[in-house]
Amino acid sequence: MRRGSTLLAAALAAGAALAACTDTSGWHSHSLAGLMPALAFDMTDDSGRAVSARTYRDRTVLLYFGYASCPDECPTTLARLAQALERTKDRGAGSAVLFVTVDPERDTLARLHEYAQSFGAQFVGLRGTPQQLEALTKRYRVGYSRGVPDAKGDYEVTHGTGVFVFDGTGRSRLLVLPRDSTANITADLDRLAAGIAG
Amino acid sequence: MFDLKTALAFLLPWEFSPAALVLCAGSVLLYARGLALEPPQERPGIGRRMAFIGGWAAIYFVMQTRWDYFSQHMFFMHRIQHLVLHHLGPFLVAFARPLPVLERGLPSSAAERTLRPLWRNPATRFAYRLLQNWLVAPVLFVGLIFLWLTPSIHFDAMLSAPLYLAMNWSMLLDGLLFWALMLDPRTRSEGALIGLGPRVFLLLLAMLPQIVLGAYIGLVPRELFDVYAVCGRAWALGPLMDQSIGGLITWIPAAMMHVLGALVLLGRWMRADQGPSARPSALTG
Repeated sequence: MRRGSTLLAAALAAGAALAACTDTSGWHSHSLAGLMPALAFDMTDDSGRAVSARTYRDRTVLLYFGYASCPDECPTTLARLAQALERTKDRGAGSAVLFVTVDPERDTLARLHEYAQSFGAQFVGLRGTPQQLEALTKRYRVGYSRGVPDAKGDYEVTHGTGVFVFDGTGRSRLLVLPRDSTANITADLDRLAAGIAG
Repeated sequence: MFDLKTALAFLLPWEFSPAALVLCAGSVLLYARGLALEPPQERPGIGRRMAFIGGWAAIYFVMQTRWDYFSQHMFFMHRIQHLVLHHLGPFLVAFARPLPVLERGLPSSAAERTLRPLWRNPATRFAYRLLQNWLVAPVLFVGLIFLWLTPSIHFDAMLSAPLYLAMNWSMLLDGLLFWALMLDPRTRSEGALIGLGPRVFLLLLAMLPQIVLGAYIGLVPRELFDVYAVCGRAWALGPLMDQSIGGLITWIPAAMMHVLGALVLLGRWMRADQGPSARPSALTG
């Protein structure tokens, strides 16, 4: 009985400690420290070049999964990122937003290029073979699906709303959620560019 | 529209775990060897054999097939995965009373050299007694469900591969311990750690917080687990619908497993010649 109570107390303390670990970092968005692996992928960028994580070394990378015909979530998120980048100290010069299409059938490189450029010069569309896309989505535990096409050939696509942020060394640092305001994203990106650990 | 290639791809491990393969396949192989060596009249009935193999097959299926992918990206699929890991699979394995068969299946040299000294080691015995304490075991069983369903912890567990593994393995190992304790075929006088009567009581008591939690998740009109929206769902299903189904799975089938466990024990109690030892002294052991 006494042993039982001791263990119970220990378990509760451990639970409280675990709960306390979250969100004490001072970042506005969710800290990914220790949760996700460093940036790694092999894809084709929207100008047809084979690219990997090394291509974007020394830049803050914002990784987002979506598709160009997305009616709401993708344009909203990308516009918010464009605004946040514009307000950073270097006006986004040290950052790259990598927009990975989960709908490569409809998103040709030309279409991706036009779509990404419409948000700004730092925006790059990435497209991969099914294997490359699976490796990248699996690495960041991202889910997506393509529904059954209707009479017009349109289909519903599901994808995540989070933006994975990596620092210049490729380490995973932050997860930007839809509830994070533009001002908060800007503050986090400036802090990241200044090289503050956390 | 049956497509063999798709079906086979579904069965391939999404994230291969050698430990899961060794545990599931090893248990079944050991059991099969034990059955082959056992005199026919001592072999357990077909029902118990099916329960043992079915339990491990279910555990392997939710951990190591494409089911695991869907469990990472749909809340209610994750709840089914945990129902199998924490309740159904271990329940079936414990219901099979596999220990005599497994013991026979063990190569005697392995048993003599490693397992028996390990089992007799005071540290092992202390840890086992502690985890199987009448208070610790149900608190741990229910506590793990609440821990991993705490929204902030759940969020990180779905982002981090190591945390995700820790979550699933803790559910499986604790499930095996809990149901082995609850469905122990022996009575208190034959060496079980807890008497039949107190076990019925503990099973029903441990069910109540799960009903409350499942009902809360199922009925609260607000998204509690936004990680599935953040990382993307495996198919188009509204977040609240996903959460409601997940809550119902946490609530009803889980509670049913506890009622079923209590019925198994009550049946055994009625068949036993002597009544169960329900005296308070039987509780503290």
